[in-house]
Amino acid sequence: MTAARAPGMSDGASDVIADLRERISALEGTSTRKAGCLAFGVPEIDAVLPGGGLSHGALHEFAGGGAGTVDGAATALFAAGIAARTKGPIVWCLTRPDLFFPALTQVGLHPDRVIFVESDKEEDVLANMEEGLSFGGLGAVVGELVRLPMVGSRRLQLAAERTGTMALAVRRWRRQTEASDFGQPTASTTRWRVSVMPSEELPVPGVGRAKWFLELMRVKAGECAEFLVRACDEQGRIDLSTGSADRSDPARRSVHSG
Amino acid sequence: MIAKSGPKRWVSSVDAAARKSGLRVGMPAAKAQALFRGLMMVDAEPHLDAAALERITLWALTQYSPIVAVDGLNGIVLDTEGADHLQGGELPMITKIANQFLAKKLTARVAIADTWGAAHACARAISRETVIVPKAKTAAAMERLPITLLRLPEKVVGDLRTLGFQAIGELANTPRAPLTLRFGPEIGRRLDQMFGRIGEPIDPIRTPELIEVSRAFAEPIGAAETINKYVGRLVVQLIEELQKRGLGVRRADLIVEKVDGTRQAIRAGTAKPARDVAWLTKLFRDRTEKIEPGFGIEKLTLVAVMAEPLSDVQKVSSLIEDEITDVTPLIDVYGNRGQRVYRMAPVASDVPERSVQRIAAASDPLTVAWVGHWRRPVRLLPRPEPITAIALMPDHPPASITWRGKRRKVKCADGPERIFGEWWQRDAEMEAVRDYFVIEDESGERLWIFRAGDGVDPETGDHRWFCHGIFA
Repeated sequence: MTAARAPGMSDGASDVIADLRERISALEGTSTRKAGCLAFGVPEIDAVLPGGGLSHGALHEFAGGGAGTVDGAATALFAAGIAARTKGPIVWCLTRPDLFFPALTQVGLHPDRVIFVESDKEEDVLANMEEGLSFGGLGAVVGELVRLPMVGSRRLQLAAERTGTMALAVRRWRRQTEASDFGQPTASTTRWRVSVMPSEELPVPGVGRAKWFLELMRVKAGECAEFLVRACDEQGRIDLSTGSADRSDPARRSVHSG
Repeated sequence: MIAKSGPKRWVSSVDAAARKSGLRVGMPAAKAQALFRGLMMVDAEPHLDAAALERITLWALTQYSPIVAVDGLNGIVLDTEGADHLQGGELPMITKIANQFLAKKLTARVAIADTWGAAHACARAISRETVIVPKAKTAAAMERLPITLLRLPEKVVGDLRTLGFQAIGELANTPRAPLTLRFGPEIGRRLDQMFGRIGEPIDPIRTPELIEVSRAFAEPIGAAETINKYVGRLVVQLIEELQKRGLGVRRADLIVEKVDGTRQAIRAGTAKPARDVAWLTKLFRDRTEKIEPGFGIEKLTLVAVMAEPLSDVQKVSSLIEDEITDVTPLIDVYGNRGQRVYRMAPVASDVPERSVQRIAAASDPLTVAWVGHWRRPVRLLPRPEPITAIALMPDHPPASITWRGKRRKVKCADGPERIFGEWWQRDAEMEAVRDYFVIEDESGERLWIFRAGDGVDPETGDHRWFCHGIFA
């Protein structure tokens, strides 16, 4: 009966459903709604993310593709672009200090905002991230990690939910072959893969604005999607490249996904 | 230097030149004069020495460790357990101590060992400036040291020498009973203290200015929750004391006195003067698990060893938006866990690896940042890696490069961006030039490469190519 009536749903019914959804999410105890979202400002990307953007108070995971799994350059810049658009100080936890800050300034991250916490051990990065997340009042906590076990990611996600601070995990492996680890499940709300693509063509010799192939590999309560975007500008914003990747085109699907 | 004890005048310390001419400590002054004509003799002033030593001890208390005491006539003993992490570990800590003495034109011998006795002996035996005896290696390290370093009365040492004992190892391997019969229990006690078989608590030095609150327990406590509860109360008391004097704490010690007479200390430092109950409590509670209650804790003492003036400031009304979070408590939590916490700051230099520096995380905002719209890589390699490149000289980008064994065809490139050497830094950089290129290969990977030299003049560089960074 209900199924038969569904296509012709009236406005009143959708209100009821929206109300029910709200109550269910209240029961689940997720405070993501309260913390709000950070929109990319790209309608196509925001449309596939529940809430219309990356939710504050959640863990988001980024990995590179190809050589980017080891150097994590595009991943770090993408995370920096997101962090730059949040408000408040940023804590960046890492073990390998090879980040070149002038590049991060070029995506709108001021050096005064970023506090680096460098540790010798990989486990300390997780602990430091959790400490930063539960401190509250930070814009985002970024961590460069090799391994992100289920328990660790769950702890980060919960700590982020409690304070509404955004957690960004940049996965960076020692060897390219280890990157298959990205297939393991984690508790993160969204998982992205950022791969470098040939830059925009210029009418003159030179390197144009960088382009990335952005794969949204997992999102809670949402669909996977792929985008061809132009890299972060000086305010940390990305935008869809003209000649956008057709999301339904199976030929463009990355071999890494799934 | 000559000391007087009663009518006897003897040499109490000598410098290197005097030692070369055969003078030894303990020699009668008249004999020393006979050995070397024109010997300069200075009267020793033991009370001034003692006062100076106490000053140094107090300085070490604020700088290095919560439990510091004067050791004999010429030493300081520090209990560094649980305090070395603030200095970055044991080795950086003792190096820093030695360097600070060197800067004052004093020579110091610094040793770290498991026990007071072992460290005492090592510091006086070594010829280099610093030594660390690894954990549980005390017995091996002490074996060859002379018995004079055992902190025994001079008479006993003399008698032992007469019996043929020279090294501590020999003495330690001798049956204890005859020695005790002959010399009393002192030898056995000193040996046990050196090898850590019996404890030797250090009675810490204190000054009246130190703000200290303590709590003694009728029944020994041991449970983590109980410790936490009383630490919380002590922090509140300490803050009240500090409030009265208008001070904020920079370094605080929690000293745990146990039933068996041993002490354990936990030190916490803050980046700015602090007078916040929650902040300080967090710093100590973070490390309660490090406290080993043993048979129980008798007394907890909280000392503010380093305090700085902290005046009251008016807070902005919450009506005003845009409140900036103060992250200093978080920085302290990280710092006390032994993580390296820093911020990046620009340096006016065109050479990429010199254009960034680390500054303390709690330092004032800089407002300046790197200027320039030239592309900069996200990852800068720790040092430029040599690559092979096929390029048209002088100012064309390479047509292909080989980096880390992988050959890449260059699809498009930007450059050159010329960076000149900084002759004011090193003479070798007088003529040096680097020409930087941004290159992109077929798969879209973008690299930052440079050629040493301008491509024409061999004076400016040897025209080798390097990869220096990875773009996003």
